Amino acid sequence: MRRAYFKNNWIAAALVLPQLLIIFVFFYWPTSQAVFWSLTFEQPWGGGNDWAGLHHFRELLSDSLYWQSVRVSLVYAAGTTVLGMGLALILALFVDRQLRGYRQYRVGMIWPYAVAAPAIGLAFRYIFNPTAGVMAYVNQVWDGIWDPILTGWHAMAMIVIAGAWKNIAYNFIFFLAGLQSIPRSLIEASAMDGSGVMRRMRDIQLPLLTPTFFFILVINITDSFTDSFGIVDTMTNGGPARATNLMVYKIYVDGFEGQNYSSAAAQSVILMVLVILLTFVQFRYIERRVHYS
Amino acid sequence: MADISIRDVRKVYGKDEVIHGVNLAIHNGEFIVILGPSGCGKSTLLRMIAGLEDISGGEIAIAGTVVNDLEPRERGCAMVFQNYALYPHMTVGGNIGYALKVAGVKRAERDAKVRAVARSVGLEEFIDRKPGQLSGGQRQRVAMARAIIREPKVFLFDEPLSNLDAKLRVQMRHEIRRIHNRIGATSVFVTHDQHEGMTLADRMVIMNKGTIDQVGTPEEVYNRPATTYVAGFIGSPAMNFLSGEVRAGESAVALADGSRIALTPAAARAFDGRLVQIGLRPEALALCAPGEGALRARFDFYEEMGSDGLHHLMVEDVPLSVLSAHKQRMPEGQEVGVTVPPEVVHLFDVESGQRLEAGPGAVATIKRMEHAE
Repeated sequence: MRRAYFKNNWIAAALVLPQLLIIFVFFYWPTSQAVFWSLTFEQPWGGGNDWAGLHHFRELLSDSLYWQSVRVSLVYAAGTTVLGMGLALILALFVDRQLRGYRQYRVGMIWPYAVAAPAIGLAFRYIFNPTAGVMAYVNQVWDGIWDPILTGWHAMAMIVIAGAWKNIAYNFIFFLAGLQSIPRSLIEASAMDGSGVMRRMRDIQLPLLTPTFFFILVINITDSFTDSFGIVDTMTNGGPARATNLMVYKIYVDGFEGQNYSSAAAQSVILMVLVILLTFVQFRYIERRVHYS
Repeated sequence: MADISIRDVRKVYGKDEVIHGVNLAIHNGEFIVILGPSGCGKSTLLRMIAGLEDISGGEIAIAGTVVNDLEPRERGCAMVFQNYALYPHMTVGGNIGYALKVAGVKRAERDAKVRAVARSVGLEEFIDRKPGQLSGGQRQRVAMARAIIREPKVFLFDEPLSNLDAKLRVQMRHEIRRIHNRIGATSVFVTHDQHEGMTLADRMVIMNKGTIDQVGTPEEVYNRPATTYVAGFIGSPAMNFLSGEVRAGESAVALADGSRIALTPAAARAFDGRLVQIGLRPEALALCAPGEGALRARFDFYEEMGSDGLHHLMVEDVPLSVLSAHKQRMPEGQEVGVTVPPEVVHLFDVESGQRLEAGPGAVATIKRMEHAE
């Protein structure tokens, strides 16, 4: 392939500059500030700070409440990813079987992704409200079967469902696009070779979908760690008894409610490292099993 | 081994009927080529036999069993696709053996069979490669092997050679014929390439806009085309057409410019007074001095064909080509004569386009004329 080069480097620099500026102002600068704060005692109302070294990290890592937050975050991440990807894949497989009007359907399916997390949280808060919502009817039949206000895992299930629902739309679009890019004749050839619908999915469609699958996996896991604040904040406030106190929510509570900026900064540094690590692991170990045609 | 019977088969997409009640009997072990331009419904018909398209009306039976409602896998057909349709994530061996794997054949037995089939098409050393690492011809062979290993009753080919370059196409054509002769399964081969059709077919089926115009051996189709459409489609360079009126008294067709093309007396008697289209194959005609021969023409231009020369003429404002090993380059506009032996004239009804033939042998069946001069 021929590549074009800029004769003058300053033109290239000028073209890249706006993007670099945005990344610097909204990523590198805050990140470096967070790292700096995590290594100091930052005063809530300004006025200088003292060097703390790794004090905050040591404190966090020996705090059982922090580990509990990491644990529920992992549960939430696994839950939303599996549920969100699984349902999206099933829906995409159905739509790929050429249902009438799937184009309109496809457009309709993307909308949930455009809804802000707090709005989703509010909607699901109503749906899952044990005394006023849809689930109240269920409670009327089986008394007390659903109570996210008191039962920890009910609350977790609730935010997992809300989080998954938000991602299903996005995942579905990518899965469907991936399925549609598999040549029709491959499906026909496997039909001639004697495989039925399920066998075809397993042997032909899913293996050829692995690049999409991998991409969606990385996006979903990252998303579930960093973009879950709105749902927790509107639905559970981290409760009951910290059962849904996800890492990203704990950062907010400790920092902006507890005014402990330095600990919150240290937590966000840990969260960032964790997401980077998870992404690295995925590329290192899962991508090897991806078939790029 | 199976015969295929196609009875009044129709295909409708929404409101459009693309195949209008087709009837065809394919004999056991026969190599049938369905030939036609794109959009004539030939691939659709093949895919209906395969079970990849629903049959909107009529009936298809394979080996006596009506297969309309059977799944593709239950019909005993194997298919070679135009773009090969190899599974890109499987090795060559995996591709070839997939049908056996689905059928639950044990690993050891499967491997032995895959190896044997791969060897028979010259792919043994590529068995562990992925399709992406193969050339076009090799991919084509994998597609063939994948069909062969199933030992199908019926082989279906959907323009399998059209993605290959010219040389490879001829080579694969020979290989397909060889495989057919060896295995003896009934083969149905769809193509738009008349050379492929002529060389491969035991019998050809010429399709035109969703109907079958003619079924016959390549020789029959060439020598006695059933319609003007078939006549114009088969044969290269294409057949010339002139229109005129049959005059029994003169035992000839009278053209608008006053010239006469002699007919056999039987044909002239049978169609006296009919308005006809006259079909003349370029290779059946010969140039002669102006004033001689049946037709008067002006020289238009010349095309070199290697062994022959193709002489493009104009008869009034109708183009006429003459293929001859006796190559004559002339200045544009020069007058020439064209000799037309009565036995090479094909007559067609002007309105229906159907062949007009007065009993067997009335229009003598000609062999491919060896450079008529």
